[in-house]
Amino acid sequence: MNAAETPMVKAEAVSKAYGSNTVLRSISLEVKRGEVLCLVGPSGSGKSTFLRCINHLETVSAGRLSVDGSLVGYRQHGDKIYELHPKDAAKQRRDIGMVFQRFNLFPHMTAVENVMLAPTLLKKGQPKGQVKARALELLARVGLAERSDYYPSQLSGGQQQRVAIARALAMEPKLMLFDEPTSALDPELVGEVLEVMKELAKSGMTMIVVTHEMGFAREVADTLVFMDGGVVVEQGDPREVLSNPQHQRTRAFLSKVL
Amino acid sequence: MSETPSRPAGSETPPTGPGAETPPEAIKAIKLRHPWRMVLAIVLAAIAVLFIVDAAVNRPVYNWPEVGKYLFDVRVIEAAGYTLQLTIYSMVIAILLGVALAVMRLSPNPVVKSVAWAYLWLFRGTPVYVQLVFWGLIGVIYKTIDIGIPFTEPWVSFDTSDLFSYFFLAVIGLALNEAAYMAEIVRAGLLAVDKGQDEAATALGLGWWHTMSRVILPQAMRVIIPPTGNEVISMLKTTSLVTAVPFSLELFTRTSDIAAKTYQPVPMLIVASIWYLAITSILMVGQYYLERHFAKGVDQRPAPQKPTVETSAMAAVEPGELPGVVPPSNRPGGGA
Ligand SMILES: Nc1ncnc2c1ncn2[C@@H]1O[C@H](COP(=O)(O)OP(=O)(O)OP(=O)(O)O)[C@@H](O)[C@H]1O
Ligand SMILES: [Mg+2]
Repeated sequence: MNAAETPMVKAEAVSKAYGSNTVLRSISLEVKRGEVLCLVGPSGSGKSTFLRCINHLETVSAGRLSVDGSLVGYRQHGDKIYELHPKDAAKQRRDIGMVFQRFNLFPHMTAVENVMLAPTLLKKGQPKGQVKARALELLARVGLAERSDYYPSQLSGGQQQRVAIARALAMEPKLMLFDEPTSALDPELVGEVLEVMKELAKSGMTMIVVTHEMGFAREVADTLVFMDGGVVVEQGDPREVLSNPQHQRTRAFLSKVL
Repeated sequence: MSETPSRPAGSETPPTGPGAETPPEAIKAIKLRHPWRMVLAIVLAAIAVLFIVDAAVNRPVYNWPEVGKYLFDVRVIEAAGYTLQLTIYSMVIAILLGVALAVMRLSPNPVVKSVAWAYLWLFRGTPVYVQLVFWGLIGVIYKTIDIGIPFTEPWVSFDTSDLFSYFFLAVIGLALNEAAYMAEIVRAGLLAVDKGQDEAATALGLGWWHTMSRVILPQAMRVIIPPTGNEVISMLKTTSLVTAVPFSLELFTRTSDIAAKTYQPVPMLIVASIWYLAITSILMVGQYYLERHFAKGVDQRPAPQKPTVETSAMAAVEPGELPGVVPPSNRPGGGA
């Protein structure tokens, strides 16, 4: 298999338990390069947990999870698997951007400082002027060139989330994870964030998006995955899954959100 | 990643309708009066004047000329310098050690956690005066410090009384005690920072040190500084206890020693108080600037959530564009 065919994300029978509480049960799925996968399901079904496993904010308890061909959080040598040193785990995360439901911008930094933080600290060789120019470029891309010197508290929710997207893009990730990026927004602000995400998908970014925005999933996603109770109940082309769900549980869920 | 043409800049301001032109008239109200404030102020001022006149004229024991004579006495100024040094050195050590202890208490490692807990238990559980006496006796308890293999002839041996001056022991005694309190203040600050901040920094690929120093601690500072200011001022006054070590060149002990010779305790107490007040005032100014620095990005009022860029463009029809539709603000009776 050559590099171009290695899936960006590959989960094989991934399980996760907190003590005796099993949250993910044998999840298997694949996301190819440049694909957008939308993950939907009722509250508590394990969507966030799965997303957090992908960038090793949580460790999986069983199964194999790899990003771009390498195991997440572990290193394989022969048939032995070694836990990664925190430094190497951090290095792995630099290739994966994450956007949170509650933005989690750094409130003591301006928009442009938020975007610059990771490249300033982690891309040692780069001159500061270049890092800043690149950060401003990213802010322009999310439509916030004019707000670069604003603190998060001076921005609306939609603007904050767009800064958060720019911040996640600053390390030039090959994969972007979105955990309900529009759920904390007023309805009238949802559109501007989805617009940025659509543009990102069009530019060829590989994305996994947990969302309740079925319109977005229908329009942008290549695959729609429906999860419930820690298992993948159904997955496939979003238009098909949405218009013709095969499982009773999917139908019940969709009837509530559509 | 391909660059798409960026959205037109300057489209952030929502369109204003033609109705928003004449600003409403400013309110001209008659100011509410507060007569009792004036009365209270006059009464308090009168009491203060009475007290000052009485202190200046009727109380020879204050002996103001004596206060003036010793306020800038070389020995007193020197003592104020020592007091300031004791405060600053011990607080700097206490803050650094306190941060370390706070991080240790939050560590997942049970050994590290227990060490921090035991430290707090010991140093918070005994009076600082007792601790200072102990530090003073260290030269008696441990006459030498030996480096080498236990139970064999040491390679090097230091005499503790040569190694540690009383000033040094006083600083150590104050600092180790204070570190236990600082640890709790810092821990409260770290816990006050939203968990999402740590997550966001980790997700960006920052390591533990960068996350702590760039993201968590700067935010924790807002919570840490006010009680730390308290501790600094409290430390300034606790330095008067180092006579237990015995270090006797700081402000209180020095002025007391002078008073013992002049038989005039009250003027020397006033001299010491004036210096303590002066140093406290300087420290309070410093605290003000520190607080202002770390309040960056927090004190601004959150902007109301307004639709921006795409959504404002998405608004189907701008008010006034459609013939026959009057924007709400233009209708008789005002807005909705
Ligand atoms: N740190 C934790 N310790 C124990 N249980 C947890 C932890 N985190 C999540 N869980 C449990 O895991 C289950 C799945 O949680 P998760 O947050 O992944 O759901 P979700 O699908 O994202 O839900 P939502 O739509 O509400 O965000 C829940 O039952 C939750 O209680
Ligand atoms: Mg969730």
